[in-house]
Amino acid sequence: MISSSTLRRIVRGRESGTTFGLLVLCVGLWIATPYFATAANLSNVAEQSAVIGVIAIGMTFVILTGGIDLSVGSLVALVSVVIGSALQRGVPVFAAVAIGLLAGVVSGALNGLMITRGPLPPFIATLGMMSVARGAALLLSDGRPISGFPDGLRALATGEVFGVPAPVVMMLTLYLLAYLVLTRTVFGRYMYAIGGNEEATVLAGVNVRRWKTVVYAISGLSAGVCAVLLVARLNSAQPIAGIGYELDAIAAVVIGGTSLLGGSGSVIGTLIGALIMSVLRNGLNLLGVSSYLQQVAIGVVIIAAVLIDMALRRRVQRSSR
Amino acid sequence: MPTQTTPEPGLALQMRGIRKAFPGVQALAGVDLDVRRGEVHVLLGENGAGKSTLMKILSGALPRDAGTIEIDGRAAALASPREARGARIAIIHQELALVPEMTVAENIFLGRAPTRFGFLDQPAMVRDATTFLSRLGANIDPNLLVASLSIAQQQLVEIARALSLDARILIMDEPTSALTERESARLFATISGLTARGTAIVYISHRLDEIFAIGDRITVLRDGRNVATQEVRQADRRALVRLMANRDVDELMPPMERTTGTPRLRVEGLSHGNRLHDVSFNVRSGEIVGFAGLLGAGRTEIARAVFGLEPFDHGTVYVDELPVDIRSPQDAIAAGIGFVTEDRKREGLVLSRSVRDNVALPILRRLARLGIVHRKAETAIAQSSVRDLGIRTPSVSQLAQNLSGGNQQKIVLAKWLATGARILFLDEPTRGIDVGSKQEIYALINELAASGVAIVLMSSDLPEVLGLSDRVLVMREGRITGEFTRAEASAERVMACAVGI
Repeated sequence: MISSSTLRRIVRGRESGTTFGLLVLCVGLWIATPYFATAANLSNVAEQSAVIGVIAIGMTFVILTGGIDLSVGSLVALVSVVIGSALQRGVPVFAAVAIGLLAGVVSGALNGLMITRGPLPPFIATLGMMSVARGAALLLSDGRPISGFPDGLRALATGEVFGVPAPVVMMLTLYLLAYLVLTRTVFGRYMYAIGGNEEATVLAGVNVRRWKTVVYAISGLSAGVCAVLLVARLNSAQPIAGIGYELDAIAAVVIGGTSLLGGSGSVIGTLIGALIMSVLRNGLNLLGVSSYLQQVAIGVVIIAAVLIDMALRRRVQRSSR
Repeated sequence: MPTQTTPEPGLALQMRGIRKAFPGVQALAGVDLDVRRGEVHVLLGENGAGKSTLMKILSGALPRDAGTIEIDGRAAALASPREARGARIAIIHQELALVPEMTVAENIFLGRAPTRFGFLDQPAMVRDATTFLSRLGANIDPNLLVASLSIAQQQLVEIARALSLDARILIMDEPTSALTERESARLFATISGLTARGTAIVYISHRLDEIFAIGDRITVLRDGRNVATQEVRQADRRALVRLMANRDVDELMPPMERTTGTPRLRVEGLSHGNRLHDVSFNVRSGEIVGFAGLLGAGRTEIARAVFGLEPFDHGTVYVDELPVDIRSPQDAIAAGIGFVTEDRKREGLVLSRSVRDNVALPILRRLARLGIVHRKAETAIAQSSVRDLGIRTPSVSQLAQNLSGGNQQKIVLAKWLATGARILFLDEPTRGIDVGSKQEIYALINELAASGVAIVLMSSDLPEVLGLSDRVLVMREGRITGEFTRAEASAERVMACAVGI
């Protein structure tokens, strides 16, 4: 039921353009370099997309409601350091991860409260949080990476489920969950309604402030999950982790066709957007393109993706009239 | 109807066959307008007759679909406000178009401030602004910020700006709506001065007294078409009203014999700052109570306060004779109140979502278990709304933005009916809706009342209020200034009450 309707959505829905783009990119790279299509490389690409992919889930929610969250990159660092110092003090892995995630949720909820009660524009509130969280991460770690953790945590990065890397499994599970939340739940409908017309949603008796706060808390949580993956993979907690992640996450959301004005978009699109970014990076690496030129290429892809998406949408709108 | 066969000399403006369509509505279907030099030409018509659209086209704010415009006998494109200003056409907007953060003088000379050596010539600006303001008898300091002025003063600044343009054609869209009698008299004197110098004035107003006092000729528009043009001296009030509506109000909205029950909603002593003063009224089950009044008289404020959107200083709201504490729309909905707002695009609908999502939005929680929406129930409710209200849409998955204004308004109504609201506030329920859909909305409102819903109808469309309401309350400056039964209520009496004669 879910998979068939999801497939139909991908084929016919608004994600069709981005999906097609991803396929073209993959086929192109397959022809250009045979190594691209090897199992080892594909699993590597998927694993690399997991980090940004997870943050981009929360970012999709935030952007759907018409907001923005610039603090997630810094929250990744803060949560990393919180987990690191907890582990250093001998807290068990499970509890350390829980404390870290809680820190992410609380910081996100603070963003939400500043935005709904302040009321500050989301850009300003999360810009402030971006700096506060980064500073807190540096203070807490004294600016140095924390390392030397028990093996339990490593398993999150190195483990496999039926040959699929654990981070990829985690990312896909979260995407499925987010997809169900957006399409099946009251909360999901509220997110679209708030982004589509906040005033009308307030008038419909929806507690918009509360739900927006929840959305930012979820964004903080997804930054926290990203931090867990990162700490597990690097086996160390870096106070300078996650710099620029917020922009990568926004790029994934936008490439995936979610409108920055809010109210329309999907988490499937975001997944494809995140995959496009990591496939592109991987492919350019394989082709030996310099990292400077890679940046240029990624920028061009972001702009092109949005232009194409806008053109497609205009056509759809016209044909539905 | 006098028809003109020969071109008249002395025409300042000649508009021919002007057409303009908006999605779903033919706003202008071939309108002609001639205005002589030195004449005050009154434009009359109901809301939605096309007056404002026509004036927006004349002032270059809207492009026309078809038709020609000649100014002093020469064809004019008027493709932008800049071009219209070049042709010395000025407009005084009904909705004030001033920049609040700038001074009076800066507003008057916005976009064409006097300069010396490339710098603003502040003293010259203040001096000239004072000249124009004093011609209006307005004692306003040009250095004040517009934000600090009253609405009436802002109106005067707007008029001074138009004067400063030295226009050949001056459009005035309800210029006296916020002015006192004295300020209005002064404005009329200024108008006489302008016409004596040959300025042509297009004057839009609903106040018949005013029209008879200063108008030379009248053109009546209805549903985007010309109905008549005549000399004011030969015009008859009753005939004019008939021309505007051209339908008996009874025919438009069939009277309903209603048995009205106990007070469902009672509001006592509602006050809020200087916007609402001691407002008390009640609405019985099955009754339609109409609120009439000029723009800004405080009707919308009542609805917003009762619905929990605005706090208020004093007052109590009773539902079924029990006091209810309403602090948010959630509370209001729980008390069985619904609110169809005047601006359905901004407040009524999520245009980017489907008909189904919009209808279900206020009742999603009821349609869900453990937070998961029961989609079949949701679709069923939306489908029965579409059927019951006759919403014309290919399916309930159609996006709200693709429907016409009338059908959009029906979705808003459906939304509140789905909540089971027994008290409905309708604020300008037919604004911007074509005539056919209006009839359907009226029939729906009557049906709702017949089924026992208590309805508060707020509208600046007088025939609408008179035709639908069992009782009419009139508001002026935040107070209820009159109450009429259906039999007592007449356009003249209600109007007199609304303007405070």
